[in-house]
Amino acid sequence: MTRSARPLGRPPLVLVVPGTVAAALLVLPLITLVLDTPWGSFWDEVRTQAVRDALRITALASAVTVVACLVLGTPLAWLLARVDFPGRSVLRAAVAVPLVLPPVVAGVALVTALGRHGVVGALLRDAGLTIPYTTTAVVIAHTFVSMPFYVLSVEGALRAGGEQYDVVAATLGADRWTTFRRVTLPLAMPGVMAGAMLAWARSLGEFGATITFAGNYPGTTQTMPSLIYGALQADPQVARTLSMVLLVVSLAILAALRNRWLTTP
Amino acid sequence: MKKHIAALSLLTLLAPLAACGGNDSGDTTITVLAASSLTETFTQLADQFEKDHPGVTVKLSFDSSATLAQQAVDGAPGDVLATADTGTMDTARDALASDPKVFATNTMVLVTPADNPAGITGFQDIEQGGVTYVVCVPTAPCGKVAAALLDDNGVQAKPASQEVDVKSVLAKVTSDEADAGFVYTTDAQAARDAVETFEIPQSADEPTSYPIATLDQSKESDLAQQFVDLVTSADGQAVFTAAGFGTP
Repeated sequence: MTRSARPLGRPPLVLVVPGTVAAALLVLPLITLVLDTPWGSFWDEVRTQAVRDALRITALASAVTVVACLVLGTPLAWLLARVDFPGRSVLRAAVAVPLVLPPVVAGVALVTALGRHGVVGALLRDAGLTIPYTTTAVVIAHTFVSMPFYVLSVEGALRAGGEQYDVVAATLGADRWTTFRRVTLPLAMPGVMAGAMLAWARSLGEFGATITFAGNYPGTTQTMPSLIYGALQADPQVARTLSMVLLVVSLAILAALRNRWLTTP
Repeated sequence: MKKHIAALSLLTLLAPLAACGGNDSGDTTITVLAASSLTETFTQLADQFEKDHPGVTVKLSFDSSATLAQQAVDGAPGDVLATADTGTMDTARDALASDPKVFATNTMVLVTPADNPAGITGFQDIEQGGVTYVVCVPTAPCGKVAAALLDDNGVQAKPASQEVDVKSVLAKVTSDEADAGFVYTTDAQAARDAVETFEIPQSADEPTSYPIATLDQSKESDLAQQFVDLVTSADGQAVFTAAGFGTP
C-alpha cells in the first residue's frame, strides 16, 4: 500500500462516511471501557475470592470445552466433509443452528433436554445423576454454544484440502484411519487451530445459556460473565474492572489469531 | 473535509436518538420501573391508571431492583421507580425527583413445586442432604433477605444457584428445576396452585419495604406524580392487600 499513487481516484464519500461510523461504533466503546476502568483498585478487585473462583471456573470450563470440541467435534467435521450419508446436508444445517440461537434460548433448550425434568435429564436423575447447578452443566452449556464454531471451521478446512491426498494415501495402501491420522488431519491443522481458538473465545464470553441452564453460584457455576452481571447490580466500578480482564484475554486471543484476521494475506 | 465527515458521522449516530424523545401528540407514555415482585399488582394498577387517564399509556419495566436503580442513575428513560427495599432506592438517590414513599411491605416464604419432589414438610428440611434450593443474588433485595434468614436460622446447606431476581427463583421452582426457593409471600400467592408454601421462622423480623418515587429525567412529572398518588391511595393499597402485601 503506497499512499502517493491512487490509480482508482479518491474514495467516494458515500463509502467513507458509513465506514467511519461503523469503525467508531466498534472501537469507541472499547476505548471508553479502557479509560473508565478504575486502574487504581484494579489489582485489589482482581484478587478477591469471588473473582478468583469465577476465573477458575471460566478457565476450567473453556479448557474442557476446547478438549471436548477436539475429541468430539473433529470426527463430526470429518463425517460431514468426507462421508456421504443420507441426511448429511440436514445435519450440517442443524450443527450450525446453535451459532444463531440466542444464548438464553440455548439455555432453555438445554433445560428441556438435560434439566431435572428434561427428556434425558429425568432418566439421568433416576440413575442418580443431576446435571443442573454443577460445573458439568457449565461445560455442557459452553460446549453446546462453542462446538458449531469448531466443527464448521474444521469442516471447511477438510473440504478445502480436498480428497485427492486421501485417495493417494489409499492407493499406497493406507487404511482410512491411518489416512485420517497421517494425511487428512495434518493438512487440516490450520482449521483445527483456528476452530479451537474460536470455540475457546466463545466459551470465555458465554453467559446466557450458562445462567439459564447451570445457574449461578460462586465456586461451582459462576463464570466471569455471570459475575460481571452480578457486579453490575452492586458496583459498576467492579464490573468495569472485571470486563477489562475479559477484554485483555479476548485481545490475547485475537493476537494469537492474527495470521487469520489482523493481517491481510 | 475531515470535519464534514466527523459531523456527518455524529449526525448519523445521533439521528435515531432524536426519535426517542417525548412526543406531545395526544398519546403520552409514562414508563414505570418496578421490582419484579410487583409484576401482578403494578400491571393491575397500570390498567387502572390508563382507564382514569384516556390517551395515556403506562409502560412497565420489571427487573431486579438493583438493575433498575442503576438504570435510573444512568438516566434510562423512566418516570417512576419502585424498588423492593429502601437500600436500592438509596442507591438511586441522585436520580430521584421526590422523596421515596413506602407503599407496601412483604415477607419471605419458602416454596416448593406443587408435587414437592423432595418431600419437604417445613423450613428445616432444606438442611437435608440432596435438597436443591435457590435464592436471589445477594445484590438483589430478595437475596439480602434470604441471606439474613439463612443466617438467622443457622442454615448450613448452600443454595444451588443465585438467580438474578425473585421471578427467576419462582420460575426455577414452578418448572421443577429446583426443590425449593426463597420468594416473597406475594409471589407464592400469585403462583397459586403451582407451588406449596412454607413459613420461614423469623421471617417477620426480616420484612422488606417497597418505596416509590418519581424520577428526575421524567418528561411527564405530573403524570408520574399521579401514578405515585394512585399507588399510595386507598384504592392502590386495596390492590396490594389483596395480593398479600403488608401495609406500611
